[in-house]
Amino acid sequence: MSAASPTIERGTAASRIAGVGVLAIILLLAVSPQFLSAGAVDRMTTLFIYVILAAMWNALAGFGGLVSVGQQVFFGLGAYFAIRLANAGLNPFVSLFVSAVIVGAVSWPISLFMLRLKNGEFAIGMWVIAALTHLLVNLDRLIQGETGTSLISLNVYDASTRRLTIYWLALASMTALLAILFGLLRGSTGAAIRAIRDNEDAAASVGVRVTGTKRLLFVLAAFGIGVAGALWLATSITFQPKTYFNVQWTAYMIFMVLVGGIGTFEGAILGALLFFLIETWFGGTGVWYLIGLGATALVFSLLLPRGLWGTLEERFGWRLLSVGYRVKLPPGPSNPTGEIASPLQTTNSREKA
Amino acid sequence: MNAMPNGAILSAAGIHKRFGALVVLDDIDFAMGADEAVGIVGPNGAGKTTLLSVLSGAYPPSAGTIAFKGGDVTALPATQRCRLGLVRTHQVPKPFGGMTAFENVFVAASHGAGLSRDEAYEEALGSLKLCGMLGVANRRAETLGLLDRKRLELARALAAKPTLLLLDEIGGGLTDGEAGELVETIRELRRRKIGIVWIEHIVHVLLQVAERLICMDAGKIIADGEPQAVMADPQVISAYLGGGPK
Repeated sequence: MSAASPTIERGTAASRIAGVGVLAIILLLAVSPQFLSAGAVDRMTTLFIYVILAAMWNALAGFGGLVSVGQQVFFGLGAYFAIRLANAGLNPFVSLFVSAVIVGAVSWPISLFMLRLKNGEFAIGMWVIAALTHLLVNLDRLIQGETGTSLISLNVYDASTRRLTIYWLALASMTALLAILFGLLRGSTGAAIRAIRDNEDAAASVGVRVTGTKRLLFVLAAFGIGVAGALWLATSITFQPKTYFNVQWTAYMIFMVLVGGIGTFEGAILGALLFFLIETWFGGTGVWYLIGLGATALVFSLLLPRGLWGTLEERFGWRLLSVGYRVKLPPGPSNPTGEIASPLQTTNSREKA
Repeated sequence: MNAMPNGAILSAAGIHKRFGALVVLDDIDFAMGADEAVGIVGPNGAGKTTLLSVLSGAYPPSAGTIAFKGGDVTALPATQRCRLGLVRTHQVPKPFGGMTAFENVFVAASHGAGLSRDEAYEEALGSLKLCGMLGVANRRAETLGLLDRKRLELARALAAKPTLLLLDEIGGGLTDGEAGELVETIRELRRRKIGIVWIEHIVHVLLQVAERLICMDAGKIIADGEPQAVMADPQVISAYLGGGPK
């Protein structure tokens, strides 16, 4: 092809600045326990876990079209396997991550039959899986039914070591998981994932391996949510099945993603931040907090169905952590800037074709 | 019925397709060479689109076998058939609505044709250009009109680098000028040695490209051969105009 061919643009100047900005924020977060109170460190750990949850649900539903209301199953299993592994003598911090790997492994056979279901059947089917798993975990003698148990072996570490270690583990997990997700969604597999979301039959007809691609995404999301569940266990120490296998976790994920902007990488992060702030400011108000959350979700779904970031992206063309592709035509007499998409030019180019 | 050519790239034998009690394809035998351009006509409900779906692997036949490039592909899903070079378009366009036109085509180049990133970019841009869609490359497919969606179907199928392309009514609703462009595009594909099966109601457009014409009615092939001869066949005329009460 000649030098005057169209080119493909992946990022903008803004997205390169955003990349540097993200790095700076992560470095700042890594050193910030020096300046934060113990309570603030705990709150930030919670935020990191929320970001993981939102990013994973967004990848699954917003990019892959796999809307699940049963993701709490992986959250609960992440905590449960960590308890089991620690009880078997494994270092509790190591247990957290081995547990998530097991969650990923368990999600694979689950995907074999769940991915045959479509749309609403899949969504509700996942909830059934979560409820069943909850009951099975209750049968474990170690857990003592709904009484639950604790990650006792964490108590050998003093409180501040524990707090800092969990903070850094959560920060590192969030960073790594976001990086893996971004890499996956930005690559050609990411394009296949979005194609499957938009039309599964058409995706198959142009050579996309539909089931294998969905499985990859499903297992990755299970692993990520497993990490989040294990980290949550580490912060709260106690494990009561009904807390971890509660559908509220998925409700939070959906809230964060819908408010932030479903199907945009930035949206999930923004949504987690918003949810975190709402919880921080109003979480103490009891039932009014829940009413407020519901009202916020309602307002967003009615007025800003694309969420905060989706709306900003559409209105101002903002693309910071974009996974998409832009075609840039070479500048020419009819096209001085190299920008395209005016309907008039479309007609012209058709007549020439 | 034509004798099955030895050098057939695609052949289907004894194809039946039933949906419950409804028989949509009734013992279809069909074969074509790699360099052929075959038109398929027939009244609504004749089973044309179903035949295309069975050939492309969208769903399996109730009975019969399909061979492509010398291998039995009856059990292969659409994904694998596409990767072998047997690619279809959809009568009702099925764009990836949330993705740009370029991204739609890129998916096919990257996964269907199995190209590396840079090769896939080039292939996708080439397909968009051939179909006159470079100007809307960055538009989300859900914002495109029907005409552009049909063009996108063609561009996306092309980017998967087919050896045999199955087209399902991509000319419906076109003005004469637009139809002329489409014929030029298809002729370009013929120059690139891509085999064509094309279902189309606008016969005069179809006949500018097709060297062989098949007429279907009620799940059967009722005529197959040189286009003018098929159009003059009394059975074909009766299928279209009605044969009177029987």
